[in-house]
Amino acid sequence: MKRRTLLTAATASVLALGLAAPSFAADKVKVGFIYVGPKNDGGWSQHHHEAAEEMAAHFGDAVEIVVQESVPEGADSERVLTQMALSGADLIFTTSFGYMDPTVNVAAKFPNVKFEHATGYKTAPNLGVYSARFYEGRAVQGYLAGKMTKSNKVGYIASFPIPEVIRGINSAYIHAKKVNPDVEFNVVWAYTWFDPAKESDAAQALIDQGADVILQHTDSTAPQAAAQKAGNVYTFGQAADMAEYGPMPRISSIIDVWAPYYIERVQAVMDGTWETDTTWDGIGAGMVGIGEISSAVPADIKAEAEALRDSIAAGEYHPFTGPLNKQDGSVWLADGEVADDGTLAGMNFYVEGLSGDIPQ
Amino acid sequence: MIKFVKRPEPSKAWTIATPILAVILTMILGGILFALMGKDPFAAIRTIFWDPLFNDQFAAYSRPQLLVKAAPLILIAIGLSLGFKAGIWNIGAEGQYIMGALAGAAVGLAFYPTDAWWIFPLMVIAGGIGGFLWAMIPAILKTRFNTNEILVSLMLVYIAEQLLASAALSWLRNPEGNGFPGSRNLSQIPAMSNPELIAGTGTHWGVVAAFAAVVAAYVLINKHMLGFQIRLTGESPRAARFAGVKDKLLVLFCLGVAGALSGLAGLFEVTGPAGQISIDFGAGYGFTAIIVAFLGRLHPVGILLAGLLLALTFIGGELAQFMLGLPSASIQVFQGMLLMTLLGMDIFVNYRLMIVKKEAV
Repeated sequence: MKRRTLLTAATASVLALGLAAPSFAADKVKVGFIYVGPKNDGGWSQHHHEAAEEMAAHFGDAVEIVVQESVPEGADSERVLTQMALSGADLIFTTSFGYMDPTVNVAAKFPNVKFEHATGYKTAPNLGVYSARFYEGRAVQGYLAGKMTKSNKVGYIASFPIPEVIRGINSAYIHAKKVNPDVEFNVVWAYTWFDPAKESDAAQALIDQGADVILQHTDSTAPQAAAQKAGNVYTFGQAADMAEYGPMPRISSIIDVWAPYYIERVQAVMDGTWETDTTWDGIGAGMVGIGEISSAVPADIKAEAEALRDSIAAGEYHPFTGPLNKQDGSVWLADGEVADDGTLAGMNFYVEGLSGDIPQ
Repeated sequence: MIKFVKRPEPSKAWTIATPILAVILTMILGGILFALMGKDPFAAIRTIFWDPLFNDQFAAYSRPQLLVKAAPLILIAIGLSLGFKAGIWNIGAEGQYIMGALAGAAVGLAFYPTDAWWIFPLMVIAGGIGGFLWAMIPAILKTRFNTNEILVSLMLVYIAEQLLASAALSWLRNPEGNGFPGSRNLSQIPAMSNPELIAGTGTHWGVVAAFAAVVAAYVLINKHMLGFQIRLTGESPRAARFAGVKDKLLVLFCLGVAGALSGLAGLFEVTGPAGQISIDFGAGYGFTAIIVAFLGRLHPVGILLAGLLLALTFIGGELAQFMLGLPSASIQVFQGMLLMTLLGMDIFVNYRLMIVKKEAV
């Protein structure tokens, strides 16, 4: 039983909770996670990893987690997933959109292993997808950006031109424009999720062009540091609260909250009630958190931003409510009409008023 | 005192012994590293070197995966080794690899959704030509204007990466991809896929091509006049010129072959294991292959073994990460150690240790 001893050793080290290595390793639910970045990247991957550890702590001895960090998207991830499934994982979370096709392929080969893919759209009987409605948080950011800017120029560091990022730009712009008709957005495409040097350059370029609010859809704190150096520039934390940059330049943040979902899905596997799902939750369900709005924001603006947050959470207001036109002037949503999830999931156009083109 | 004394000629015994000694030395050094990190060093070394090949649970899957991972490395490294032998430094195989994949995928997708037997062979030809033409840029610039092929071929990698991004975002983008970047999945289109030829072996056309390239390079280097000219040019360019070697033609040949093989590697990868053109399709095979070429001492059989060894550390390293919770950085350190000891031990091929008595002054 060499393998068993090996697994037990792995359990002890991976849990990293200082628990005594139990001898009934095989009875545990084994949960795998693969990350696109290092597990201490300060943003996206770290937040998934912390949620994984929170989940493991919640279940204690009943769960064993195995993780693999910095897995390139594509052929390598398919091999990693296969080996994880072969090693006896019961449930595997794949936490980047580029893992979509590899996850689908491996899920087909291992019908008894459950898979959960973040931010994708392909499902199978043993493959569910989950994502968060970050655009709800972007609405609050856009509102604050529109109110706080003095130059009426807002810089936006975008990562890749995928629907999730485009939704965020549109949502932020709509709500900035609503409270400040003169506002202009300047979008820079960084083509990375995590590259502090590149993100810092992008932030500096935007500041040089007169932007005094910077929004980011990349994961490092480099734009915060650039803004801090520049002085009168406001920023928002991304994926993590980034509270260390408050009260200035960071005036609020969007926080990814994955742990409750992980706990719920692992519990379902334990109970034998796991079924494929398409989860897309927002502020209301607690998957998207709005970080504390800092003291740099006047009290009345803060109160209104919180009211906006609460009305979205309560389901009273949808950030994409008509009348809204597309960038080319054609009608997208009539007065009072609310965008359907299908359109949002595949969003590949700007709303009216945004300048520039989506790279394609 | 101990001195290194140059051998009159490279030692045959040490040529064979150093790689084995280097691997053993790496195991010891790596074991110390893992022990310092609080992991069981024996379990770690076994997971990296033994489990991918012989573990009951994994081996049936990971053994064939060795071939899948090693094939593009070997294919590219074989092409590079010809140039390196002749002193022609093609550093841009990564770009040629990307351009081969792009050219092949573009030709295939142009016929979508036609289902015909000739599409895949046509894509293979296009892939080879794509890589070949991309390598011709530094080759022609070198022969016509005497530019430095190291710089030109390297810079062309970044241009190829930009073309790759634009292909994934616009001209090869999957129209049914829900707005996500990336082409159609070629491995799921029967006319364009590069499937496993014999189930359970991992052997796809790229693996076949890699083995064929090893044999062809062996024959070329050892039995053919051109191989002699390549070696001669590398050892003494002046002598080669006196012997009637057309050095410009040799530049075109070496860069062209390396480009075509890199392009083929890219094509087999995009139609098989990778499946689609995506922004980060270029996973660094073109650069890793440079290490493989030197690790294999620019010898075809050496390259074959070096490619397999590197693939083993990749796959074993992945296993060690999630089985033992080793951080990915420590696996990279371990791979670095292996390369350092392999190249460092090389000194014993050309030198031997001698204990010399200190001479009285």
